[in-house]
Amino acid sequence: MRKIISNEEFKRVLGPLAAFLLIMMFNMFFTPGFFNMQIKNGHLFGSFVDIFNRGAPVMIVAIGMTLVYATGGIDLSVGSIMAISGAVAAYMIRPDYTKGVIEYGTLPPLFAVILIPLLVAGLLGLWNGILVAYLKIQPIIATLILMVAGRGIAQLITQGQIITFEYPEFQFLGSGFLLGLPVSVILVIVMLVLVNFLTRKTALGIFIESVGSNPTASFYLGINSRVIKLFSYLFCGICAGLAGLIVTADIKGADANNCGLWYELDAIASVIIGGTVWGGRFTLFGTLLGAIIIQSITTTILSRGVAPEQILVFKAIVVMAVTLVQSSNMRKMIVDSVFVANRKTDKTVNKGLN
Amino acid sequence: MNIKKPVLCCTSITKFFSGVIALDKVNFNLFPGEIHGLLGENGAGKSTLIKCLTGVYLPDHGDIYYEGKRVVFAAPSEARNRGISTVYQEINLIQTLSVAENIFAGRQPLSKGRINWKKINERSRELLAMLDLDIDVTALLSEYSTAVQQMVAIARSLDISAKVLILDEPTSSLDEDEAHMLFNVIRKLRNEGMAIVFISHFLDQVLELCDTLTILRNGESVGEYRANEISKHELIIKMLGKKLAAFENRVAELNSSDESKKDVFYSVRSMSRRKSMKHFDLDLKKGEVLGLAGLLGSGRTEIARLLFGIDKPHSGNTVIKGVSGSVLSPKNAVRHSFGYCPEDRKLEGLIPCLTIRENIVLALQVKKGLLKYISLKKQRKIAEKFMQLVSIKAPSCEENVSRLSGGNQQKVIIARWLAANPEFLILDEPTRGIDVGAKFEIQKLILKFRDLGMSILFISSELDELVRCCDRVAVLRDRKKITEYTGRSLCSEKIMATIAHVTSEAEDGNLL
Repeated sequence: MRKIISNEEFKRVLGPLAAFLLIMMFNMFFTPGFFNMQIKNGHLFGSFVDIFNRGAPVMIVAIGMTLVYATGGIDLSVGSIMAISGAVAAYMIRPDYTKGVIEYGTLPPLFAVILIPLLVAGLLGLWNGILVAYLKIQPIIATLILMVAGRGIAQLITQGQIITFEYPEFQFLGSGFLLGLPVSVILVIVMLVLVNFLTRKTALGIFIESVGSNPTASFYLGINSRVIKLFSYLFCGICAGLAGLIVTADIKGADANNCGLWYELDAIASVIIGGTVWGGRFTLFGTLLGAIIIQSITTTILSRGVAPEQILVFKAIVVMAVTLVQSSNMRKMIVDSVFVANRKTDKTVNKGLN
Repeated sequence: MNIKKPVLCCTSITKFFSGVIALDKVNFNLFPGEIHGLLGENGAGKSTLIKCLTGVYLPDHGDIYYEGKRVVFAAPSEARNRGISTVYQEINLIQTLSVAENIFAGRQPLSKGRINWKKINERSRELLAMLDLDIDVTALLSEYSTAVQQMVAIARSLDISAKVLILDEPTSSLDEDEAHMLFNVIRKLRNEGMAIVFISHFLDQVLELCDTLTILRNGESVGEYRANEISKHELIIKMLGKKLAAFENRVAELNSSDESKKDVFYSVRSMSRRKSMKHFDLDLKKGEVLGLAGLLGSGRTEIARLLFGIDKPHSGNTVIKGVSGSVLSPKNAVRHSFGYCPEDRKLEGLIPCLTIRENIVLALQVKKGLLKYISLKKQRKIAEKFMQLVSIKAPSCEENVSRLSGGNQQKVIIARWLAANPEFLILDEPTRGIDVGAKFEIQKLILKFRDLGMSILFISSELDELVRCCDRVAVLRDRKKITEYTGRSLCSEKIMATIAHVTSEAEDGNLL
């Protein structure tokens, strides 16, 4: 039983897996020292590890995005939610910084600095969910509102400044190590296990897929599609909030302009590369792989010393290549072009006969 | 056909799909000026044959001759350019475009780089005139009935030069009058010398319309027959390759059982909904099949939707299992152990991205709730049990449902509700568009679960089927329940008369 399930899922992630291996092989031969790993102070370092470390925020956002995407929706506001969550955390640590006060005052407890931004992010996700599920606004428009407005809200919180801070316990979230692994990577694993449990050990996963795949049939079955959709946007918001905290803790500052910028696109690309169907089957493992591919492209380009202004173009080319490899239509076209060529010769022969 | 030469013929066409034989040395001859019916159960190879003839598939063996010459069509467009037009089952038209735009969508004639609207409209009028249709071609398609839309689809595929017209299930979404309108057009085209292939599940229609019949079974050609020399019964036997007599006797026996003592499960009094259904009373009893008869749009599906809580009634009282209460949503209905197999299985029933297993357990899972997840092992057990019960033909329960044939998909939806063990099951046209074999299997299932005490509401356009399976039949006309027939008074003639509004003794005698 499990074998068959994993086989089915395995088939779906075969494309991205191949793409990932290709990128890795490229690095093996052409990027010296890419796979070198060092243990400094009991921590793992190296380009390869860096992919996972740097890619963690996108991975977390992409996990949330997977659920939204599978319900037949999309969330463009995740980048802005990241900025807001980071801004809220930084503001809590240094509330008077924007007024020019350098002193910290009493530091709020760590759990508050983490939970309150996550709560805010959850509320923002709920807002998206209400617009989509209850007011029936097209997801792309509904979340565009917060994508645009959200960055403005984040700037209002930081008063247009970059709030920098020192709060070692909180920074641990972004740059700390636990059991030799970066904390951000551990958070990815925790989220993955959590979501996998939520969706595959309860009926949530199959309900999400059926709501996305056939809303009418799901309604007739008695599935509460509004609640399912609401949950997916809410959860996606929380994921974005967590990613925002990681980024903010890592750079020790809340940058409302740049925190989470274009993350929505990376997350959506990860989900699609991973093989999740819009309104249908989703695969968390595939999404993770998609995010790893996106990040390994960036890391590869960086470690090969490509000029930063060229990175986006390179990234676009690789993403395009991966999606083409995955497209069943593309594969069919290639097969057909070979096959039809044969047929044509067939026909000329027949014409000769007639 | 005197000494005419076939316009399209094929000899020993064979086609394999990943090693499985789909067509086995099939011969097919199509003469100009004939309507040739192509019959067979789902999976018999009708569609494959058509696709081989029109260049969608390349046959593995065998030759195709068109106008006397051997041809190989590398693509559907080649067949079409040479005068073989195909209208597929689903109408692929765009509701929000005009009739003329639909006819020329994707191949608009240009003049000086711009679309030549005058020509489009003129040619559309000409094409529709060929079909005896005089409508405003600049009006939106959505303003016209399904029948007219079907004609537009034919006009789209038809070219002045067309010699062969293939119609795949053209009547499945038409009511009887509309179908006859279409038949007249088909006959007109035949009389003008066109060769027409007609594929349909409605045997009566095939017998009425066609001149010649070719029957396929399991990828093999059973034979070619003259339509006026074969009876419906023989036809079914040839299609199925087995006898039906046993089943028909069994049903007759079941029909005579006594049902006055049965408990009422779900009772509805003066329920109505504006613009949908006028006031009606209905009693659904345990262990009874209640049929709903009436034309399309007479309120059959509307009643089902009201009973299942998809539409909310504007008035009426309901009593479920002796307790008064109302069903306000499908969720509510599922909680009351109701089940609903909707009319349009693709749009309203199947979850196309899921496997057979997941589609089957879904209703049970919803009933249990989100948190009480059925383990994979159990899911598989349930799926296999019900696949066997309703005899779904598939390699495994992990197959994607969208790969199944129509009949098997319908069975998946029925299995889904049976797995949830409902006390009341609504079946809206469960046998439409599926092959005869599957049809009888579904009818047998209905009776089986009736005997197990389930209350079933059975909606069907086929009166024979209703008479055969139902204990009682309620007849609807113009969104109003007219009468109910039960016991001895239950016969298709009386139902027909009531539907057609013929006042006769049949109607007076049996008002309930």
